[in-house]
Amino acid sequence: MIERTITRKTLELVCPAGTPAAFRAAVDAGADTVYCGLRDDTNARNFPGLNFSREELAEATAYAHAHGVKLLLALNTYKRAGNPEAWHRAVNDAAQIGVDAMIMADIGLLDYAATHAPKVRRHLSVQAAASTPEAVRWYVNRFDVRRVVLPRVLTVPEIALLNQEIDIETEVFGFGGLCVMTEGRCSLSSYVTGKSPNMNGVCSPASHVRYEDRGSKLVSKLGDFTINSFDEGEKAGYPTLCKGRFEANGKVSYLFEDPTSLNVVSVLPDLIAAGVTALKLEGRQRGRAYTSKVVAAFRLAIDTAAAGAVPAMPDLSEFMEGGKDTTGAYQKSWQ
Amino acid sequence: MTKQTKDMTLTLGPVLFNWPLEKWRDFYFRIADEAPVDHVIVGEIVCSKREPFFTPHLPDIIERLEAAGKTVILASPILVMNKRERTAVSSLFEAGYTVETNDTTALQMLGNKAFTVGPFINVYNEASRAYFERLGAERISLPGELPITSIKAIAENARVPIEVFAFGRMPLAISARCYHARAEGLSKDSCRYVCAQDPDGMEVATLDGQPFLAVNGVQTLSHACYNAITDLGALAAAGVSALRLSPHDRDMVEVTSLFRSVLDGQVDSSTAARTLAEQEDAFPLCNGFLHGKEGFTAAERLAEAERLAEFA
Repeated sequence: MIERTITRKTLELVCPAGTPAAFRAAVDAGADTVYCGLRDDTNARNFPGLNFSREELAEATAYAHAHGVKLLLALNTYKRAGNPEAWHRAVNDAAQIGVDAMIMADIGLLDYAATHAPKVRRHLSVQAAASTPEAVRWYVNRFDVRRVVLPRVLTVPEIALLNQEIDIETEVFGFGGLCVMTEGRCSLSSYVTGKSPNMNGVCSPASHVRYEDRGSKLVSKLGDFTINSFDEGEKAGYPTLCKGRFEANGKVSYLFEDPTSLNVVSVLPDLIAAGVTALKLEGRQRGRAYTSKVVAAFRLAIDTAAAGAVPAMPDLSEFMEGGKDTTGAYQKSWQ
Repeated sequence: MTKQTKDMTLTLGPVLFNWPLEKWRDFYFRIADEAPVDHVIVGEIVCSKREPFFTPHLPDIIERLEAAGKTVILASPILVMNKRERTAVSSLFEAGYTVETNDTTALQMLGNKAFTVGPFINVYNEASRAYFERLGAERISLPGELPITSIKAIAENARVPIEVFAFGRMPLAISARCYHARAEGLSKDSCRYVCAQDPDGMEVATLDGQPFLAVNGVQTLSHACYNAITDLGALAAAGVSALRLSPHDRDMVEVTSLFRSVLDGQVDSSTAARTLAEQEDAFPLCNGFLHGKEGFTAAERLAEAERLAEFA
């Protein structure tokens, strides 16, 4: 494991792993914590070829613990009405395997986990969108959650105020895919494709993506709807529906958000000062190269910021949507 | 026991759009006088910047609605972020009315006051429904994207009335960012209240000119109008007790009356659906969510479920 200086205030680096190979890459690149999901719709990256079997989860947990790294299991979809067994089995198996925490949003599932696996730490998923001290306390009082992953709606000063009023840890998103809508309360994907983050663990799923060659233009579609259109020579992007070009009031624009990725390197010292405990990198669906490079870049940036210096901006543009980044809601001007 | 449609009640959801005060007040006065709805949910739940315009006038409309025999419920905002918004939620509980909670901020603040669970609290399964029953919720209004199979599993054995969304542009997302302002090159702080220009939301179309969504400030809704009027028998058979009709800039007395007439068996649902589709400036109708399909689609009625309901 990489030696690093432990300073008084730093951020726990929480990294994504969609496969066992990515998991080991994250640990080797300097993750403090790695999160992953099981190979079914109990987690919000329910993509073909991704995620962990029970055996792989057990192996990953052993690998993490041997390296002083924690493993978090994402159980961040909502139990299917009338058919909760997959979620219950996931809680029971995760407890037996010995994961360090479970990340959950569903009130019914939190209740089940608090009752049936009380000793396993519970983190409140971003999908619960707890955005105030009261909202957080409700989950603390009811389900004894020990950490809240904050929705991408708060500014850094608002996060600092929140941390003064709650007595559990906060985790914030630091890099990768950027939900511009409040998480866990968005049905845009199911309106277009019938598949939603909350119920199916997917958003703008690849199964519904089509590209149409219209001569001088390449059109990207999600289901029946055109999400974007690219001129010859323009780089075509994935049709994430909230990052498309639409027309409103006679004007064509990226109405909701440009194709862009979240990147907080420029505000890392502010997040540390705001009392944030952990920084989460998005991207369980990304490959091993993404994991290795992004985790290593953030390891360096966090250690630099924790030592009181200003971290240099790493070049991660190849891993960004549209090659661009934003600090998103962390800065008030974004609203 | 299977519920019958005639036993179902109608709820008028809160006005989601930024209407001029006069229009908003006249709307509620007419609802009080003429609309066959049982519950009326009032309050600004979308944007806290609009709230100061309407809150001072709430007592007038509440008095009128109550005098007409309606049960009034105050709704809490969908997204709460700052101190001012938190204070506003807290003050909702001072008025002595049941509060429809739309996030856990409100749940944490309610103490022992009367409350219902609104559609923006994620009750996706029977375990969450039972949890809120134990907490003392008086009613539960389910999230809009649930299919009938889930609705049935949640409503079965429910001890409190279960409500579903039945008419109106479907709320699909809420954000910290104001898209109405962004479309005009403004920010939320300096929005000039441009959302007031669009009483049913700002039309959003694809680059092919296909109608797609509607933007209402920080909220995004469907372009199509969700309409469950041909599925009321199936909803009753699934155990649903109440239907939520969401206000739009059109004749809502006609809309609410049509739903009541179908529930009471006085008008057949196909005729009612046709009348809704032919209303002035009507949006296309959709009901895909209920059928477990893409939300924007308009599926045929739930034939099998309806048939079962008739034999129940």
